[in-house]
Amino acid sequence: MSELLKNILRFALFLFVQVFVLFKIPPLHRFIVPYLYFLFILWLPFNLPRFWLTAIGFFYGLTLDYFTSTPGLHAAACTLIAYVRPFIINLLISQEGSDKNYASPSITSMGWAPYATYVLVCTLLHNAFLIFLEWMSFGSFLFFAGKVIATSGISLLLILLTELLFFRKEQFRTNTA
Amino acid sequence: MGVAGELTGRFNEKYNGVEYYFRLKSTNEALVKENERLHQQLKDNYQGPGQLNKIVADTFMIDSVRKIQKFIFREAKVVNSSVALQTNFLTIHRGSGQQVRTNMGVISPEGIVGTVVSTSQNFAVVMTMLHRQYTVVVKLKNGGERGKVEWDGVNPSYVTLRDIPKSAKVNKGDSIVTSETSSLFPPGILVGTVYELVEDKSSNFYTVKVKTATNFYNVEYVYVIDNIQYDEQKNLEDSTRKKIQ
Repeated sequence: MSELLKNILRFALFLFVQVFVLFKIPPLHRFIVPYLYFLFILWLPFNLPRFWLTAIGFFYGLTLDYFTSTPGLHAAACTLIAYVRPFIINLLISQEGSDKNYASPSITSMGWAPYATYVLVCTLLHNAFLIFLEWMSFGSFLFFAGKVIATSGISLLLILLTELLFFRKEQFRTNTA
Repeated sequence: MGVAGELTGRFNEKYNGVEYYFRLKSTNEALVKENERLHQQLKDNYQGPGQLNKIVADTFMIDSVRKIQKFIFREAKVVNSSVALQTNFLTIHRGSGQQVRTNMGVISPEGIVGTVVSTSQNFAVVMTMLHRQYTVVVKLKNGGERGKVEWDGVNPSYVTLRDIPKSAKVNKGDSIVTSETSSLFPPGILVGTVYELVEDKSSNFYTVKVKTATNFYNVEYVYVIDNIQYDEQKNLEDSTRKKIQ
């Protein structure tokens, strides 16, 4: 399957799982909202230029926003992590250049520790910004802090489960082939 | 939101086709309860001794002079709903093509639901009571004191009633209904029942925890309320405000 087709399928799948499964779960607590959909942005290929990455992030967030009737909320958070993503990857990957040898960020291409750090930073950024925007219109600081911690915990758990269930075998690419 | 609402509405409708089956039982119960309540109000249920106090329905008010009618109810199917977020909306399968406009009240068979905030050709989005920025004017059914209801974001089954003076008598289980001053809802529609009085010695007003009448977890059918006299009232109020400024 080509990289483009794979990502188009992922786009729809992540969106539908978020809207029709995770948002439908009866709330355990007001701080807990299971967010998983932004994993799509973390899985996008290395070789996308920053402009396209940011544009896809915006469009993806906006699509979710139309399902939740909150235009701009998720779009803002998605645009942020899509823009920051290349910086974090540049800091984390080894000098051999896994971004040249592999298609997209994963455990195999980056290694356990760098990939975990990358996911952790992006999750925290996404959730903190999203809930910060929510906090601007209502709620207290306790709401903000509690929700960021609880929501990020749930997100990380869901991402771990997704990574284990759908283990992505990355092909090692060489220039000689 | 128009075109996007149409598109997401189609997906939501497909999903609801499955979800609806699992809620048939509770939907049916809610509709039967409503029927029972409406049957209770039929004039045939009331009879006094003698011929003098016969109860007659005044059809003149309904039929001959249309202009007296203030509210029109239109049914709508809920195709998407959420309770898990801080800003919860419903999507209903009735839009601007079927006489739904923004700023219309929406009620379920059990109680009030919210207000229409945007419409597309065939779908409309309703801001529910479970939205952090939603407020509605209500009154106590017993005393008639007015207050406002909002949601604190904690539990989708409970909302908060504020601005009820402490001179009012409030007991656990009292009904909270919509007020005459709310131009979106007819008066006397159930909002919820008093669940708990929160003590606050520093205030002259009660803060009351109210159990919502509507079960937002499984609402499937709603009525969109069209207030025909709304525009006239609104124009008058707006022009007055302009004059004073």
